[in-house]
Amino acid sequence: MELYLDLISPPCRSVFLLAKVLQIPFDFKLVKLSAGQQYTEEFGRINTIRKVPVMKEGSFILTESVAILKFLAQKHAPSAVDHWYPADLQQQARVNEYLSWQHLNLRIHGSRVFLLRTLYPLIMGSEVPEDKMDAAVENLTQSVNLLEDKFLQDKAFIVGDKVSLADLVAVIELMQPIGTGLNVLEGHPRLIAWRERVKQEVGKKLFDEAHESVMKVNSLPQEMQRSSHLQALIPKFQKVFNW
Amino acid sequence: MVLELYLDLNSQPCRSVYIFAKKNNIPFDFQKISLLDGEQYGEEFGKISLIRKAPALRDGDFCLAESIAILHYLAEKFKTPDFWFPVDLHQRARVNEYLSWQHMALRMHGSRIFWLRLLIPKILGVDVPQDKMDAALDDLKHSLNLLEEKFIQDKPFIAGDQISLADLVAIVEVMQPLGSGLDVFEDRPKLSAWRDRVEAAIGKELFDDAHQTILTAQERVSTMDASKMQVFKPKIISFFL
Repeated sequence: MELYLDLISPPCRSVFLLAKVLQIPFDFKLVKLSAGQQYTEEFGRINTIRKVPVMKEGSFILTESVAILKFLAQKHAPSAVDHWYPADLQQQARVNEYLSWQHLNLRIHGSRVFLLRTLYPLIMGSEVPEDKMDAAVENLTQSVNLLEDKFLQDKAFIVGDKVSLADLVAVIELMQPIGTGLNVLEGHPRLIAWRERVKQEVGKKLFDEAHESVMKVNSLPQEMQRSSHLQALIPKFQKVFNW
Repeated sequence: MVLELYLDLNSQPCRSVYIFAKKNNIPFDFQKISLLDGEQYGEEFGKISLIRKAPALRDGDFCLAESIAILHYLAEKFKTPDFWFPVDLHQRARVNEYLSWQHMALRMHGSRIFWLRLLIPKILGVDVPQDKMDAALDDLKHSLNLLEEKFIQDKPFIAGDQISLADLVAIVEVMQPLGSGLDVFEDRPKLSAWRDRVEAAIGKELFDDAHQTILTAQERVSTMDASKMQVFKPKIISFFL
């Protein structure tokens, strides 16, 4: 199996972590986003949408981390370890509910804050306007509050006693704005404790390995400046920043 | 106790759940909720859906939000025909791939167009700046291109020969901008042909029944009292920041 990944990207981290935790052998194919490697002809043959992560198993190519995670969990997790994606109808529904909600909530708002804080000045040539940043942080705050009040509440994990894909996907998305130095979990002791539990389940060393690049994100603007693809990337980012 | 589905057929994800339940003869109580009247902010509804969104499902003590999760739950619980959500891992992955992609693509861009063309002018009393509209139309166009070129390709349906949850979720989203008066099928023969197949697989009567509300949205929105819709202003303003 090949996994096309750049660990700066949250959905790549969840796929990477699950594959490692389930001990699924794979070839790590780096697609360095800051160097524009998603735009190469070679990668275009793997994924016409030019996004990561991508899973390739023989001739079967699958995009979208949520689809990949479910596929890997159902294929590789023996029934004894099915807590990642439980067979029980209601528990699985809870995992699905979180994985669906998160796209247009924690994921999109966390990513936006990340991009505004790391790349806006480089792409747009000026500091982020205050009202734009405030709105982005407010949206992220609301998502974090909902994660705590609706999805986690007082349970150990989102589904209950056991860690699942929901927790994995939630934590990696939270790490994106955290990597920029924004302490989104401040004032949320339940979330802080929960994050530690998820780290334990995954393995602290592995978790830290997966998050190495996002925690060094201050070097991202310089990296991109050196990239010959920067000019091509600018209009795409401008579009996102102009929303 | 019969399952309850809290639905507003103006909303795309409510339509996919409605069509799926009806098509598969799943017994349910239709609990109407009017989003534009702000009923999702009521105390009762808050107990069923903490995120205050429709659709919502209540099955005994079990409450569930998110149409994708609801569709999956209904398919499993009521053992609907395999083609909707195939047991085969590879085929299922194809359906999941579409269901995942669509959130931040067709769903987001189709919804945005509906708000920009119809609801925002009504609520704010002014038309949306042309550059915002053009950008949104461009995004929608891009999503529709990907639906055609990456997901449907030359197949009858997204997962292959038969309709699945992927086509159902796609079609209700494609119909949304149509409800704001934008003909998304113009100059898109492939998309139109796929739409006809999906409509036939669902059944014209059920398809029309589900879409009646959204296709008469323009008329209804024009007669709405904008002063009662000011609760949506913050959401709208955040669209532009």
